[in-house]
Amino acid sequence: MNNNDRPLSPHLSIYRWPITMVSSILHRATGVAMAVGYVVLVGWLFDAASGPEVYDKFLSVMDSTIGCVLLVGWSFAFFYHLSNGIRHLVWDTGRGLEKEQATASAWFVIAASIVLTAAFWWAAS
Amino acid sequence: MAEFRLPKNSRITKGKHFDAAKGSSNTRTFAVYRYDPDSGENPRVDTYKIDMNNCGPMVLDALIKIKNEVDPTLTFRRSCREGICGSCAMNIDGGNTLACTRANDEVKGDVKIYPLPHMPVVKDLVTDLTNFYAQYASIKPWLQSRTPPPPDSERLQSKEDQELINEPSACILCACCSTSCPSYWWNSDRYLGPAALLAAYRWLVDTRDEATGERLDELEDPFRLYRCHTIMNCTQTCPKGLNPALAIAETKKMLVERKY
Repeated sequence: MNNNDRPLSPHLSIYRWPITMVSSILHRATGVAMAVGYVVLVGWLFDAASGPEVYDKFLSVMDSTIGCVLLVGWSFAFFYHLSNGIRHLVWDTGRGLEKEQATASAWFVIAASIVLTAAFWWAAS
Repeated sequence: MAEFRLPKNSRITKGKHFDAAKGSSNTRTFAVYRYDPDSGENPRVDTYKIDMNNCGPMVLDALIKIKNEVDPTLTFRRSCREGICGSCAMNIDGGNTLACTRANDEVKGDVKIYPLPHMPVVKDLVTDLTNFYAQYASIKPWLQSRTPPPPDSERLQSKEDQELINEPSACILCACCSTSCPSYWWNSDRYLGPAALLAAYRWLVDTRDEATGERLDELEDPFRLYRCHTIMNCTQTCPKGLNPALAIAETKKMLVERKY
């Protein structure tokens, strides 16, 4: 039988995700989210340069519940991507790659980015 | 491009249930992936209630018991039953491991058993490892040297030199690591995967090998090596406690360092 006719064994649906796998896909997801966020960032600058009426409209959109959720999400994406990026830099030196170290650093990065996001909004408010 | 959904012919249907013998007080349910190539039907998951008072401690013992006493058509690879041959590699309780070294007691709830993930299934728990072995062969897993050996002795190594290759040469090629890796799932046609890369590293750090440059040339490729994104599933799942992720990171370092 040709391999193309054989069934493919299940993968994502049956695999139990280690925290390192979660932190890896989060890195990718927050990177994509930030790319979208930068478009909004440019929009913010653009609106700010277009006069008070346009800028007020931008502010009212961002002041809505959805706007606030998005802003908190983007700030989390930024802090997570930054923290995990530092983790990747350490890995590039060959350090921190033992199983227990990588597991611990995954939890640490997730916790750190939540704390940083909270601190950021606390300082902003 | 990554295909997250299983193809039509691979989607799992509900299978049969087999009850334990009457009067067994200590039972446990085993859910096992089944695929019969002759039936033309989709894969299914059969469930077996097993009397644990009459079953060995390991998942492999339970599989052998099912095959002996309940359903002789159940198909799986096994040989050494002590974690050195790598034949009984499969996905147990969501992680890839060897059925012979994973105790039933280590699993909470029903014991779910699938073949190694994202592989062509030959029958039941048996997957086709042709591509996996071809990738291993492609890294030339043998000693390459140009200088002749000493006329009166073998190519001797210091204790320190030997220690460099101790761990990477303990790999049994069970394929648990490669088939745990999402990068390998989506790109196994071009990405070598953790097992082959650990083997490549074993020869890169071998002080008797004189083909280090050529070996690194072969690996310097956006897919063959650099599809590793440090997801760490390989190291998390290796039943021998080896660290392919570290070997890959060290290989990437060697590629950078040789430029300067």
